[in-house]
Amino acid sequence: MTYPSNVRTAPPAAPGRAPARSSPAAGPSPEEPPTRAAAWVEGTERLRAAAATEPGRLRIIGAALALLVVAFGAVTAWEVSDRYSAAHDVVHRSQQLSADAAGIYSSLADADTAAASAFLSGAPEPVKLRDDYDEDIKAASRLLIDAASHTDSTGASDEAIKKLNEGLPVYTGLIEQARSYNRQGLPLGAAYLRYANERMTEDLLPEAKTLYDTETGRLAADNERARRWPYASTALAVLALGVLCWAQRRDHRRTNRVFNLGLVCATAASLVLLVWLGVGQSLARDNLNSAQERGQASLKELNDARIESLKARANENLTMVSLGAVIEKDSRTGVDEDKYEKDYQTAMGELDRALARAEKLADGGPVGEQVGKARAAYAQWQSRHKEARASDTAGDYRAAVTKVIDGKESTGHSFGQVEKALETSLDEKQRDFERFAAAGQSRLSGLAVGAGVLALVAAAGAVLGIGRRLSEYR
Amino acid sequence: MTTRDSLRRLRGLRRNGGFRGWGGVMAMVVACVLTGSLTLLPLSRSVGQDAADFAQQRISTAVPVVAEDCDLLESAVRPSSADGNAIKTIKARKVPKLVVGIDQNSYGWGYRNPLTKELEGFDIDLVRAIAEEIFGDPDAVTYRAVTTGQRVDALNGREGKDGSVDLVVRTMSISCERKKQVLFSDAYFETGLQVLAPKGSAITGYDRSLKDKRVCSATGSSADAKLKTESYGAQRVLVPNQLDCLVRLQLGMADAIMTDNSLAAGLMAQDPAIERAGAQLPKEYYGVAAMKDNTDLIARVNKVLRDYSAGGDNSRWTQSYRKWLAKGLPGLTGPPKAG
Repeated sequence: MTYPSNVRTAPPAAPGRAPARSSPAAGPSPEEPPTRAAAWVEGTERLRAAAATEPGRLRIIGAALALLVVAFGAVTAWEVSDRYSAAHDVVHRSQQLSADAAGIYSSLADADTAAASAFLSGAPEPVKLRDDYDEDIKAASRLLIDAASHTDSTGASDEAIKKLNEGLPVYTGLIEQARSYNRQGLPLGAAYLRYANERMTEDLLPEAKTLYDTETGRLAADNERARRWPYASTALAVLALGVLCWAQRRDHRRTNRVFNLGLVCATAASLVLLVWLGVGQSLARDNLNSAQERGQASLKELNDARIESLKARANENLTMVSLGAVIEKDSRTGVDEDKYEKDYQTAMGELDRALARAEKLADGGPVGEQVGKARAAYAQWQSRHKEARASDTAGDYRAAVTKVIDGKESTGHSFGQVEKALETSLDEKQRDFERFAAAGQSRLSGLAVGAGVLALVAAAGAVLGIGRRLSEYR
Repeated sequence: MTTRDSLRRLRGLRRNGGFRGWGGVMAMVVACVLTGSLTLLPLSRSVGQDAADFAQQRISTAVPVVAEDCDLLESAVRPSSADGNAIKTIKARKVPKLVVGIDQNSYGWGYRNPLTKELEGFDIDLVRAIAEEIFGDPDAVTYRAVTTGQRVDALNGREGKDGSVDLVVRTMSISCERKKQVLFSDAYFETGLQVLAPKGSAITGYDRSLKDKRVCSATGSSADAKLKTESYGAQRVLVPNQLDCLVRLQLGMADAIMTDNSLAAGLMAQDPAIERAGAQLPKEYYGVAAMKDNTDLIARVNKVLRDYSAGGDNSRWTQSYRKWLAKGLPGLTGPPKAG
């Protein structure tokens, strides 16, 4: 069907010699060599010619059936492995990164709180608070290294990690300076502590929040990707099954045979694959949905609550350390207020709202109980804080400090209870998330390989089934 | 107030032998005008005001030290140890303690020692001396932290019940404007604005050497006001508290600090690597302030101040100064003197 390409370059020949040089498969007109489009037209015409006879028709049907089921299997394998890899990402990567980012965020906030608490306790600082601070800084550095090696170099996260890596040593340097001045009994120590807190709240925590938001966003996106319904596979399944049924019906009409074993096998294999796909994906979606709604959504609120409680505690300590050094005008009332007391109230407001949302999401159960405990401790914290402020305003600074840092009657104790309840809830919800996400992933495991095998079985069945009919014509 | 009171007041003036040159003549004119206006416009003063207090009041005779139309150095009331209305009210309280507005962040003046958690400083010593004079107990004080902006309102009861104070002893500069709002004691300390820079800096003081330099001062402070009117091309760095300026300077975020000389002493005591650049700007004076009507209280404070500075080198003023301020602010021998 190919026409020699050197025809045009050949010297003009006598009309009589032209047919001798044309291809043995003679075209419709020997003078005009056929073009490529004409070759395609020729192909369809051949097909049309073949469709005119029953064996030809059967061959076409067999080829179409084999092609359809193989396509169904291939597309299913492709879509399912995409969902599976997304679910795998959720379980093994993005979930870990998001938890790490939450860890960085809360370690930093906790370090700031521990530094302020230790400072207020006086010099030398209580060993426990110093250790808490050291642990927090170590944890933050370690998690930052992990995050840097695991995160794809996509803008927001990378930038945040870079800035955190730059800012952390600056912060710890300021804290060391604050400590050394504090040990000499100089008020400059408190000024350094305030400056360190400013760097923490204005530089580090916002970057940690960006990192956390980016990573939880990626987690949600991966989860969303894993939950997407495989529409192409479903459509191809319906099409393949439809054509299989039609072919069997046609077979039945022409031969009066009820079953064609090959075609029945092909239909069964396709049906099994469709059901497996449907059930597996539905169950996976259900699990992944639970991971998101019963795990991740609560984790977000609980993490928010944790960060706000830490901020509130740092500010409460700083109110006692700064001694009215920083006064800000309230933008609404125009009244001068202590900056740290104001920031404390803001953080407590956020904490209260986050706890309320977390309680609603928990909807009873052990986590609901823990969040309830956190809310009770929150109320106690607020009322004790009021007492401490009253003591301070009345000029009894020592009593105020005691109410903030010492013993079971202190705001520090209430804060500790909020923390404990939140940590328990976070652990619980993290486990919930992991359980659901892993279950979701397992629903999809084996499906891609299964799709390939079943599609091959179905294709073989179709080809054999049609082949058997064809053999009757020989 | 009656005409007799005013006459007595005039007599008081003469008895103190205050007439000197034009200042005396001016004072007399002022006294006449005052007498006239007071007789014509009876003021609603609180009842039961001790006549003795008024006898001790006098119109200042000292020539104003700053080009302002009032005397910054001397109080409007004379020292007295009599318990007037204000003191009687304080003593009759459920908790008979003096409520004093102080600062907790000015090293050497009024600050909370982070190690002992106690208040310390020159101002705190003075507060204790006042409490000892009134109650015989230096600890009969409720300290209340007040900010620069709250001082006048806290005295006049506008900061609410929990925020009001009897006295403010908080590096408070005496000014004619403030004298209209509160009653000041005699001046107990002399200061002025001062530029501070790291040793070896090219900055030579409040002058053109500040051009393109970052100069730090506290928001709303008199140093900030001064830099706003004339900055010599300096870039202003504003922080909540003058102590924060030292942090900025140490971290290389500012090239110089501008603050009160007396507070500069506190900064220099915490960082030996900074020094004064150039001379101190025109003088200002610190005074103890009370509500305008509490004349007996300020008369009592003035008595404390008089006793406080008596004794030359061994006066309590000098002892307190040596303990808290001499290191960063050497060379003073006593409180500023009137006249």
